[in-house]
Amino acid sequence: METAIGSRGPGDENNRAATSPILRIENLSKSFGGVHALDRVNLAVECGEVHGLIGQNGSGKSTLIKILSGFHDPDPGGRVWIDGQEIGLPVTPAFLRDHGVSFVHQHLGLVASMTVLENLLVFDLAVDDRWRINWRGETQRARALFDRHNIRLDPLTPVSRLTPVERAQLAIVRAFDWVRRTRRADGVSGLLVLDEPTPFLPANDVEILFRLIREIIFDGTSVIFVSHDIDEVLEITNRATVLRDGRVAGTFRTASMNKRTIVHMIVGEHVDLEAMRPPPKLLGEEVVTIRNMRGGTVQAFSATFLRAEVVGLTGLIGAGYDEILYMIYGAAAAVSGTLHLGGRTLELADLTPSDALAAGCILIPADRQESGAVTTLSVTDNVNLPVLGRVSRAWALVSSALAENAAMLADRFDVRPRDPRVLLGALSGGNQQKVLLAKWFQTSPRLVLLDEPTQGVDVGARAQVFSAIGKVAEEGATVLCASSDYEQLAAICDRVLVFSRGVIVSELSGDRISKSAIAEACYRSA
Amino acid sequence: MADWLERFALVLVWAGTIAVFGALRPESFLTWSNFSTILGSQAVIVIITLGLIIPLTAGDYDLSIASCLTLAGTVLAVLNVRHGVSILGATLAALAVGAAVGFANGFFVIYFRINSLIVTLGIGTFIHGITLWLGDQQTISGVSEGLVSAVIVTRLWDVPLGFYYALALCTAIWYVFSYTALGRRLLFVGRGREVARLSGIRVDRIRWGCLVVSGAIGGMAGVIYVGTTAAADPSSGLTFLLPAFAAAFLGATSVNPGRFNPWGAMISVYFLVTGITGLSILGVSTFVQDLFYGGALVIAVMLSQLVRGREERM
Repeated sequence: METAIGSRGPGDENNRAATSPILRIENLSKSFGGVHALDRVNLAVECGEVHGLIGQNGSGKSTLIKILSGFHDPDPGGRVWIDGQEIGLPVTPAFLRDHGVSFVHQHLGLVASMTVLENLLVFDLAVDDRWRINWRGETQRARALFDRHNIRLDPLTPVSRLTPVERAQLAIVRAFDWVRRTRRADGVSGLLVLDEPTPFLPANDVEILFRLIREIIFDGTSVIFVSHDIDEVLEITNRATVLRDGRVAGTFRTASMNKRTIVHMIVGEHVDLEAMRPPPKLLGEEVVTIRNMRGGTVQAFSATFLRAEVVGLTGLIGAGYDEILYMIYGAAAAVSGTLHLGGRTLELADLTPSDALAAGCILIPADRQESGAVTTLSVTDNVNLPVLGRVSRAWALVSSALAENAAMLADRFDVRPRDPRVLLGALSGGNQQKVLLAKWFQTSPRLVLLDEPTQGVDVGARAQVFSAIGKVAEEGATVLCASSDYEQLAAICDRVLVFSRGVIVSELSGDRISKSAIAEACYRSA
Repeated sequence: MADWLERFALVLVWAGTIAVFGALRPESFLTWSNFSTILGSQAVIVIITLGLIIPLTAGDYDLSIASCLTLAGTVLAVLNVRHGVSILGATLAALAVGAAVGFANGFFVIYFRINSLIVTLGIGTFIHGITLWLGDQQTISGVSEGLVSAVIVTRLWDVPLGFYYALALCTAIWYVFSYTALGRRLLFVGRGREVARLSGIRVDRIRWGCLVVSGAIGGMAGVIYVGTTAAADPSSGLTFLLPAFAAAFLGATSVNPGRFNPWGAMISVYFLVTGITGLSILGVSTFVQDLFYGGALVIAVMLSQLVRGREERM
């Protein structure tokens, strides 16, 4: 092994420091439990460019950013240079600070209840032991900073009163100001990493951020711009790298590139899981109708679903497709709309989860740890929750009956280990998901709502999750599955609705459903 | 085996404490009258502790429970002594007052989404003010003999009846926690509020209900306390809050480790009281009470944290 972690790069690197890339990555890999999230990635970001990083969910973008920000340790063998100097892995926050590298993550890292100025000072306060903060001086400095970037922000307003684009501006300016000051002080080149700052912004607000990014580049700092959105990448970046399945699918100059080729690179052409697609089945009558649903990002959504139909809801991040499930279930407030299910019409605005359950609707949320199941309780406790009164008597639970039911379900859904007395948290992601499927499918639901049903589920369990979904549909349930995993949607759906900014922009069904068709519909709409 | 040891470690430690004090002071400590006194006189703390574990299981604190006790005791005494209301009527009024305080706690916690710690701290102090005002800041004595007789004078197998009331309450809570769907829902509300909500459990109703029940149990403790002392003291009941919390958390490390449970709570109260009684028989001054209860609370919480941490690693 020729790695010398922590040592300097080859001598010529240092000599060419001025012209060498600001960031160079060689042979960087990261695996989680035998699965390669990143596989021998090479990447170079030139000084003074905006470099796009684009790819689907699970392509390795976020893993790469998390390694760069020091959150993950990479596998041994990879090397990273900043400003021509090789850095020891894992990356430490102090190193990044001293080398003028700063990150703006999707959630921006602002504290909503504190003022703009307090948020702006967070980096300084983290490293500086000041005995007295000169609030007046800092306020003036903040005003000058905002003026320089033509941003109208009062340093004394709480962040909670800012619009989404103002928050994004604040986070970017804060990170950039830090980079700029480090550059002045230490003579480093400076690199700003923007990790998906745009998905929740309307189009004209995105333009405001782009103006800011151009100013940053003009100042001499380089930028890595991570995004889902091809149009944005085409507009703002000089060069871009596409990641697919943890590998670099290509790096190109954006000026000489068209959207079609990029979509192609993002999606790839390998064999789809579509081979797994079940033959078209006979669907039942119309059983679920949603009229005029509004709320969150969703604007006037109306649709009718059939008995035994599996419908995919998808789009790019921020399109609002996943919010629909929570509003149907009464878990998130809808502004208006009705749900017709099982001969009853429910007002979505004042629906609660218990009403939805009573009507035969169930929801398996994406966030298993927080909303799906209690990991500190046993599989038996978790799986029996909806049927306590039925499996046993509500006022005299019989633990043997509950244990028997849990064992039976564990068997039917192939939960491993088979002992349902273990804590749910001790199970793998895939097995936890099987427990949740068992928990809800035993109630013979009419309408099944699934949000990212195979997120954090290992490959082996994926097929089992798919077949459980297929089976519940066969038994007569209507299934709505929100997912950004196009391969999965192509494998299980009879119909796919593609959303953009809260409205349906495309509908695919039957033979027109394929991974690449869904991906194209998503990216074309953005 | 290790599992069994963990569940009953506290009982063993308790037995060890008794053995040590028994060996040191056999003539005064190891007497049935000493134990029957402990069992009877500490029934109030047992009841308060049992009241606490209900909202604790659902994820809420009730810091007002001791104030509920003094308020209920004062209401009972004022009605009975000053207004000549029958002891039965006064008792029912005391329980209702406790439940009403719990209802008020629930109102602020549920409707305004305020942390229960803050609400019950504020309400507790507020109703302590009401207690002092109602009772003119004095101890009211002269409560009907009937109550005193029903709590402390009448004995069954030489133990005052007060102990059996606590025992009955403990059994009832144990049954609800272990053998009813309601008990399971309570646990889910405490462990994963969002999970419970998305599973169709009416989380708000359950949390509110728990606070009403803990208030009513605080009222019950007030009645028993008046029965024990034959008078209503507006303030001394407040000192029960800390021992009750210590016992609730210590109890969560035994019998059913990792969960607040009534038998563990009851055993913990008597373990703590045994230690204090033994030390005072040895002649140690009363400050030891604070050392013991305060220390026990921190150690108990630390132990339950360790139990939980290990559970999660499993």
